[in-house]
Amino acid sequence: MMDGSKTFGDAETEEQQIRNFNLNFGPQHPAAHGVLRLVLELDGEIVERVDPHIGLLHRGTEKLMESRTYLQNLPYLDRLDYVAPMNQEHAWCLAIEKLTGTVIPRRASLIRVLFSEIGRILNHLLNCTTQAMDVGALTPPLWGFEEREDLMIFYERACGARLHAAYFRPGGVHQDLPPDLIDDIEQWADEFPSKLDDIDNLLTENRIFKQRNADIGIVTEQDIQDWGFSGVMVRGSGLAWDLRRAQPYECYDEFDFQIPVGKNGDCYDRYLVRMEEMRQSTSIIKQCIAKLREEGPGDVMVRGKLAPPKRTDMKTSMEALIHHFKLYTEGFRVPEGEVYAAVEAPKGEFGVYMVSDGTNKPYRAKLRAPGYLHLQSMDYMCKNHQLADVAAILGSLDIVFGEVDR
Amino acid sequence: MSELLNELGGHIEAKRPDCVASWEVAYGELTVNVALSNIVGLVEFLRTDPSCRFTSLVDITAVDHPERPKRFDVVYHFLSMYQNHRIRLRVAAREDDMIPSITGIHPSANWFEREVFDMFGLLFTGHPDLRRILTDYGFRGYPLRKDFPTTGYTEVRYDEEQKRVIYEPVSLVQEYRQFDFMSPWEGADYILPGDEKSEEAKG
Repeated sequence: MMDGSKTFGDAETEEQQIRNFNLNFGPQHPAAHGVLRLVLELDGEIVERVDPHIGLLHRGTEKLMESRTYLQNLPYLDRLDYVAPMNQEHAWCLAIEKLTGTVIPRRASLIRVLFSEIGRILNHLLNCTTQAMDVGALTPPLWGFEEREDLMIFYERACGARLHAAYFRPGGVHQDLPPDLIDDIEQWADEFPSKLDDIDNLLTENRIFKQRNADIGIVTEQDIQDWGFSGVMVRGSGLAWDLRRAQPYECYDEFDFQIPVGKNGDCYDRYLVRMEEMRQSTSIIKQCIAKLREEGPGDVMVRGKLAPPKRTDMKTSMEALIHHFKLYTEGFRVPEGEVYAAVEAPKGEFGVYMVSDGTNKPYRAKLRAPGYLHLQSMDYMCKNHQLADVAAILGSLDIVFGEVDR
Repeated sequence: MSELLNELGGHIEAKRPDCVASWEVAYGELTVNVALSNIVGLVEFLRTDPSCRFTSLVDITAVDHPERPKRFDVVYHFLSMYQNHRIRLRVAAREDDMIPSITGIHPSANWFEREVFDMFGLLFTGHPDLRRILTDYGFRGYPLRKDFPTTGYTEVRYDEEQKRVIYEPVSLVQEYRQFDFMSPWEGADYILPGDEKSEEAKG
């Protein structure tokens, strides 16, 4: 064998058979970002085929929604993308408001924008830093989670819950923000860019991080159309598509913000886009606070059938008391019709398709999660990449199983 | 906004009169009703026509209306990032109808059609891999049909003796309660206790 004869060399002999290797990735794997089972077919270390098995977190949200009132369904939206809960609620509220023709008070609209942007930072902090963890860096998530903790305390101070907020309600937001909370958010927004710079220093020019992400999982403009991508997956490839700008909802049209775009459409560009979006969101938060201060206190709920009456009214008015009782038992009715309402959630376009038959419950509600489409493209994106790149690509797709499996 | 959509609806109808059964604009959204057999042709037209360019598939889902002869509405949503508009296509289908798959035009339809098959039991012809997607391995029934109970038929638990997870028929300690909060003055379809004693009920 050692004499250089070809008999037992590296080349295939007739008895040897080479076959592709199947590898089961997950369902419990730290880089799977939840309960994802990937069946990988490998040729050596090259990925030939990826078959994602999803549904391990399927809770039948859409079925449950059909037997609950519109208001009772709202907390289910928090449990979809649990990384940025309020952005999902937003789509639900917008759908109901579109059907009922409700215009929400100005202050509520500003508060919604404020918390949607906080949600975006929450999401991107988690994604950027855990993507670093997927490729081997342990420190960034620890630094990122410290900031997330601050933001979740803001959530808690606004609505009483750190994650499952149920704060955006059809017709506005549940309660007004206390003035010192606005001050604290402003102080946080002043300090956050320097914290972000720290993470930036840690990751952006890091040699290993760059080598693991640059030129991996490249998305072209054609791929975006073919696979129905949205959000950062689009912007990372140079298309400045953002629903906040293209189809403005709430009062996003009056805010001054930039849409960062990538050049190469690889995992590294998507990371850079997310980092820049956090800076833009911080700027929107500051503008929001300035507007909230400038315009002073006001109602945060429309006074009508969708919202409960004021507490003081209930003490004196019989009608208000009846209204309160009926709202929280029967719920409100929504006119017959069907609408699709979409928001630019941190992960992409999150949409709610709602069919109403005029009763107090949605006849059918379909939740369109961006992660579902992104995960679907795993087979396409990972083909001919190394096994180690699967984790990097999966990280940059930004998948959360709450919304993929519903 | 609505005028543009009206214009677009008219344009699509004029170009493909064979495909478009009817169209309407409601709540600022354009909905086009399409016959089952024409869906693929229309989707291809919408993707390539320069004034439509609906190149992104947003969503495919279905709605179950058990009382109708054509029980299901299959609903497609498309988005054009170039023209910045959206469209909804609606196709009525019977339970046993075969729906032409649009995976050939939009690869992203793959999982959506699998989901519709999984949840409603609608079959797509020409789909490369029509397996269940969200439900359990070996699941039976179609959960989002209106005649499927919310509690389902089976439940799982870990069995100490057999040392594995086993499937059992659902047994609820208490009946699944479906509260009907509709106002008794309108829309309630039950008899209030005591109503049977009224003069009318006696005839």
